[in-house]
Amino acid sequence: MNPEAIASAPADHSISTAQSNAFLKKLAWFFSFENRYLAPMLITTILLIGQLTYGFLESWWRTFLAIGVAILVELVLGRLITGQWPHLASAYISGISVGILVRSPEFWPFALCSAISITSKYVIRWRGRHLWNPSNFAICVMLLLVPEYVSTLSVQWGNTVWPMLVVWALGSAIVYRLRRFHITATYVVSFIALALLRSAITGHAFLAEVAPITGPMYQLFIFFMITDPKTTVSRKWAQCLVVFLVAAMEMVLRLSENIHAPYYALTIVGPLALATEIWWTSRKK
Amino acid sequence: MQSRIPRIALIIFFIGLLAFPLIYKRLAARNTAAETASANLSTALARYGFSLTESSKAAGIEFKHSAPTLDAKLSHIMEQVASMGAAVSVVDFDRDGWQDIYVTNSGEGSKNALYKNLGNGSFKDIAAEFGVDGLNSRENGVSMGAVWGDYDNDGYEDLFLYKWGRPELFHNDGGKRFTRVSEQAGLPRWVNANTAVWFDYDRDGKLDLFLGGYYSETIDLWNLKDTKMMPESFEYASNGGRKYLFHNLGGGKFEEVSEKLGLKSNRWALAAVAADLRGTGYPDLFIANDYAVSELFFNDGGKKFREVGGATGVGYAPKSGMTAAVGDVLNRGQFGIYVTNISEEGVLVQGNNLWMPKAGTSGDGIKYENLANAMGVELGGWSFGAQFGDLNNDGFLDIYVTNGNVSLDRGKSYWYDYSKVAGGNKAIISDATNWPPLNGRSLSGYQKKRVWINDGAGSFKEVAQLIGVTDVNDGRSVAMADFGNRGVLDVIVANQKGPLLLYKNTVAPENKWIAFDLEGTASNRGAIGAQVRLFWNGGQQVQEVSGGSGFCAQNQRRLHFGLGKTAAIERVEIRWPSGKMQTVRAPELNQIHKLKEPA
Repeated sequence: MNPEAIASAPADHSISTAQSNAFLKKLAWFFSFENRYLAPMLITTILLIGQLTYGFLESWWRTFLAIGVAILVELVLGRLITGQWPHLASAYISGISVGILVRSPEFWPFALCSAISITSKYVIRWRGRHLWNPSNFAICVMLLLVPEYVSTLSVQWGNTVWPMLVVWALGSAIVYRLRRFHITATYVVSFIALALLRSAITGHAFLAEVAPITGPMYQLFIFFMITDPKTTVSRKWAQCLVVFLVAAMEMVLRLSENIHAPYYALTIVGPLALATEIWWTSRKK
Repeated sequence: MQSRIPRIALIIFFIGLLAFPLIYKRLAARNTAAETASANLSTALARYGFSLTESSKAAGIEFKHSAPTLDAKLSHIMEQVASMGAAVSVVDFDRDGWQDIYVTNSGEGSKNALYKNLGNGSFKDIAAEFGVDGLNSRENGVSMGAVWGDYDNDGYEDLFLYKWGRPELFHNDGGKRFTRVSEQAGLPRWVNANTAVWFDYDRDGKLDLFLGGYYSETIDLWNLKDTKMMPESFEYASNGGRKYLFHNLGGGKFEEVSEKLGLKSNRWALAAVAADLRGTGYPDLFIANDYAVSELFFNDGGKKFREVGGATGVGYAPKSGMTAAVGDVLNRGQFGIYVTNISEEGVLVQGNNLWMPKAGTSGDGIKYENLANAMGVELGGWSFGAQFGDLNNDGFLDIYVTNGNVSLDRGKSYWYDYSKVAGGNKAIISDATNWPPLNGRSLSGYQKKRVWINDGAGSFKEVAQLIGVTDVNDGRSVAMADFGNRGVLDVIVANQKGPLLLYKNTVAPENKWIAFDLEGTASNRGAIGAQVRLFWNGGQQVQEVSGGSGFCAQNQRRLHFGLGKTAAIERVEIRWPSGKMQTVRAPELNQIHKLKEPA
């Protein structure tokens, strides 16, 4: 999915200076990496755990193709449109997200999805900001236009809870470090509460309603896509409200049996919220 | 103005990206529409070299499958759980030279049928008088499939019936009746099986039997202790049934040796096929598993089985394997392996697999790559049974795939609820209570079948609707046989809660053919495992006599080769299961050749 957000978050070097112990200093140095590298590292870790342990990719080559196309398009468009060579962390995350999330026996959807993802950042802009999370937008386009060739990641973390717990812990630590844990936490709490409500409405088991969030697709969604700083609103309370609305829209879509509800919910709510904020801010100015 | 140019170019590029898939689809749809518009059976014959006509009623076959009603705890998802059991296998049980048909039923109290081929284009169900009909009950389980093999080398093929329940072995008494010998053979009391294969894994001249469990054998589906009997994962499940390997001791007795020989797995097996994939003379075993990766067991000299799925490449990406069939797709003298999976538009696009040996690999170092996409045999819906066979006698093996899972309300789909739980953690997916009720909705129902014809140059073309395969039943089991001894392969299809269909084949007469009925002497008498390698037109094709392939199916034992417009065959090499080699030079075309293993 789309961790582009975290990759482009501002650097944070606020490690405590009180640590005198050498080990702790080393640890502090480790965690003082530029934030923009944390997300690529996390998503690469998820990919490696998932693939080496369970073989959850469609194939290595399809994922490499998605990453390669994303980076290539970013380089070309960045240079042509802005006149500068862009930083590639965001494109890498977009590519790897497409490589993990898109499922297709064909090769071309991976290339096309990556290309749409990156290009959308440069084309669909309003007042200097792109409105859609790039890979979320591109995946929705693919699902709408070529559903016969494309689906999305639906596998589990094998048969044990350990890989899932490791990713939850690692992902939580990183989004906490990036000061966006409140977004993730709000979404998770909202999803579970709304699952309870859906269960009451549909009469289906609560565990059936909550089941999707236990899968790797949702971990990518909640740690990367909904926390994207480029496409989320700026105030903390507003971020929590928007992500609750994403979960609420997802519930509406789920009640109408939409299989790709989280992708479409973010695609609908995210840009509306951002556009509203941009409009409101400019009006005040 | 200058700064606008890149921006305009960017927008055009973006629109082009969005338009690409639409143009791609439109072009594909236009080609298909043009062919469909001009399609009728005579044009199909001229264009593709064959056509299929559904002829079951005309042939006297009026069989309809019924599904079981399992424990009431599963009532909310009954149609999904009880979605298998329609199976068909071909046998010449009375050695009259005409291929007969055995078809299974699965409703409690329902009857299986044995259709005797009367040789005049019609069939007669004689299962009741032969005692192989009423085999489905709540107490002893219901049929899932059958395979035929002459385990005592008396010349008559015996019947092994696998069930969700008590497996049964019937001895064929000279083609005149059947005697139940399950206890004497030492078969287990209960196995929830969906696949079995006869093969002589140790080449001792006596047929052995592989039996693959689906649900755990500890479960009685009519008397569930609890509802935690579903797969623990949609793609990594290993809480399915165990595997059995029955070594034929002679005298009608078998010894279960799976653990001793390393054939251990608790994946959810749905199909298996045995074939010598490495040229060792010993049959290897390929297992297509639901909810998991496929498994390939190399046979080390009949003494040990070694799982090499990961090492060879076939056990890499987990899917929903439902068929396993082998065929020399490119006429290179090497087997490819076809595995069917699930593809549902916009939901789950697993794609079927065509595992082809990688160039430059062979023997123990053989590696496979999935060329289903490249060769155009990938998207087949919720694919179940599939078989290789040269349907138009052009010299290249084609593929017939049947599909469709649960067809109920056409306008309502269960896919959303299915995918919701399928992606859940082990604790959730494995408990049937957590599965939302089906409520009359379809799950990949009413699907169009696939018939892929092989152009011999590495690609296939899908022609099902154009050549007459237009049914939309929930297809399960497919088998091919020359029911009229006409030199063409007909297709028989068993459908879940649907009719048994007989697709009679009409083939353009200019294409030649040849067929071989083999009889072993030192080898098992049915010659299961014998390889026939045909050399003609500077090329070759290899086929192997099989004791079961596809999904719950078995083709005729006779090997049928289409030859195209060739005038002659250079030679035929037969490698008997015993290892003996035999060469036949320039055999006559358009004939069934009966060959006996030389002393």
